[in-house]
Amino acid sequence: MSSLTVRNLTKNFGMVEVLKGIDLEARQGEFIALVGPSGCGKSTLLAMVAGLETVTSGEIWIGDRLVNSVAPKDRDIAMVFQSYALYPTMTVRQNMLFGMEARGVPKAQQLEAIERVSGLLQITPLLNRKPGQLSGGQRQRVAMGRALVRDPVLFLFDEPLSNLDAKLRVEMRTEIKKLHHRVGKTTIYVTHDQVEAMTLASRIAVMHQGQVQQFDEPQAVYDRPANMFVAGFMGSPSMNFIPAQLVDVGGTTAVVINGAKGRETLALYNGAAQRAAGKDVILGVRPEHLFRYTPELQAQKPGIATLTAPVELVEPTGAETMAVMRIGDSEIVGRFDPDDAPRMGEDITLGIDMSHACLFDPSSQRLI
Amino acid sequence: MSDRALAANAVFDAEAAQARRRWLTSRIVIYAILVVFAVVYLAPLVVVVLNSFRDLPEINHNGLIAWPRSFSLDYWVQAWSTYCVGGTCAGVQRNFYNSLAMTIPATIISTVLGAMNGYVLSKWKFRGSEFLFTCMLLGVFVPGQLSLMPWAFLLGKLHLANSVYGLILIHCVQGVSFTTLFCRNFYVNIPDDLIKAARIDGAGFWRIFWKVIVPISPPILIVTVIWQFTGIWNEFLFGVIFTSGTQQPITAALVALGAGGLSVHAYNVSSAAVLIGAFPPLLVYFLGGKYFVRGLTQGAIK
Repeated sequence: MSSLTVRNLTKNFGMVEVLKGIDLEARQGEFIALVGPSGCGKSTLLAMVAGLETVTSGEIWIGDRLVNSVAPKDRDIAMVFQSYALYPTMTVRQNMLFGMEARGVPKAQQLEAIERVSGLLQITPLLNRKPGQLSGGQRQRVAMGRALVRDPVLFLFDEPLSNLDAKLRVEMRTEIKKLHHRVGKTTIYVTHDQVEAMTLASRIAVMHQGQVQQFDEPQAVYDRPANMFVAGFMGSPSMNFIPAQLVDVGGTTAVVINGAKGRETLALYNGAAQRAAGKDVILGVRPEHLFRYTPELQAQKPGIATLTAPVELVEPTGAETMAVMRIGDSEIVGRFDPDDAPRMGEDITLGIDMSHACLFDPSSQRLI
Repeated sequence: MSDRALAANAVFDAEAAQARRRWLTSRIVIYAILVVFAVVYLAPLVVVVLNSFRDLPEINHNGLIAWPRSFSLDYWVQAWSTYCVGGTCAGVQRNFYNSLAMTIPATIISTVLGAMNGYVLSKWKFRGSEFLFTCMLLGVFVPGQLSLMPWAFLLGKLHLANSVYGLILIHCVQGVSFTTLFCRNFYVNIPDDLIKAARIDGAGFWRIFWKVIVPISPPILIVTVIWQFTGIWNEFLFGVIFTSGTQQPITAALVALGAGGLSVHAYNVSSAAVLIGAFPPLLVYFLGGKYFVRGLTQGAIK
């Protein structure tokens, strides 16, 4: 049974179409990440699931209940906000009690819930403090605690980690993942951070311009992005796009690109599959699939194609070194081992792992 | 190296010395100007305070502005309880109580209404709520004199003319635009997420108001209370026009005090009565003035 089903959902703010027919479903216990750039409609979608925004058309089902016109409090959901939205005048305990008191939960059950959740989140020592006396990470924890005492069908997270500094964000990310494992509740998690989406989610819905571009498991989204937007959005540095043309080389298909030394032909990994020669395509290669070419590489990995490119810029990050190289009119970024990194000005011979390369249609931008 | 050693080693710095002199001069000028203004503002108050203790022959002989040569608390007692105002010889105490009976309820009611209006206009916006707010704002700019005739008509119809209740009604209605403006602007800065969280938590309109909004409101409530209290207490026009005799608030009665038709004007008693009338707003301001300035300038809790 699915916990959340969204069918052909649309939302207009006046003349502006914010959501254009969203279809989504979350199975019992799933962790769904809604990811996309700001303004893509992901937060609006979440607010509609929560009942904080009205539905223009379409259906939202929570469990086996159509909730389009059900009040937020009756949807059996809990939500964690980016701003935490803790009640500033109440202590942590009162913050967690507030909802249960409003819903008329029996006193004994309230205390039991507080004890369970504060133990789980290790906030017992903070129970008598006010939100103003807590650090960012502690507030985050309390906000989650307030959601957890409810024991809802559905957890909604609206960019919960955006207000934390980088280090704490990574810590809390791990904690949310652990928490989800332990509690096992269906979770919808909105974020603009593709790393958060990749690490946490069991499935990712990538949104752009009010539409779901792709809804799949993280690795599938990463390896086989449905279109160039998804390919560019997921992964950092993002996928390199190189204009190319399909050609037929002795019965197998290859791509021709404008390299530094004129036209270069790269054999496709599954070249045997018949494709229309002469067609323009976009070749998509992730930075980690570019290597310094050696004969051993050829032996280790099948489907290596070679290409020479001048190195224009080198950016060491410590763990790995990024190199910007020029191919024809486009710049590409490669991710290298620091010990083996190219130097500026060098003409490097690249080995491209074509087994992981993607081809896109230049006009529709879709994966071929 | 210690500070003293540093000072001993310090070389005379002409630039620094000049900067310091300039700073000193500017300070002196600023304080001189402030003192002049303080004297200008405080002098009348000092005169009134001094006259409230002087006996009448002395005032008549030496003039209103003179150093006191006599001292008595009698005039305060007279002003409070025995002096004849508008035909009754019971001092201004009755009017003082009238003022309290008018100001306290009117302040409370208009503040509560303003808080509710502000809450609705900032957190439960509906179609036309901005227009409604603009209309209410007009009340801030329309002078009270303009509404004298309508009020006269309305109070007549409601049989509230010449009564404290009529004045309470007037001040509630006249004050609501101010209190709404104050509260709405304060609540606008409270994050909407707080309301959303409370709605998901299962709280309704009133529970959110009383449990979430009101507890964060003291800064702005203090501002509106001080504003309303002093404004209503000091208001004179409505009081003098719509009430008379025993029903008058103290501001209106003070005028009657001066125009009592008596041959001799008792400046000392008038002075004491004026001070009695000025006391409550001063007290409110002393108690809450600190919050008043803070509340006007600060936003909501971030």
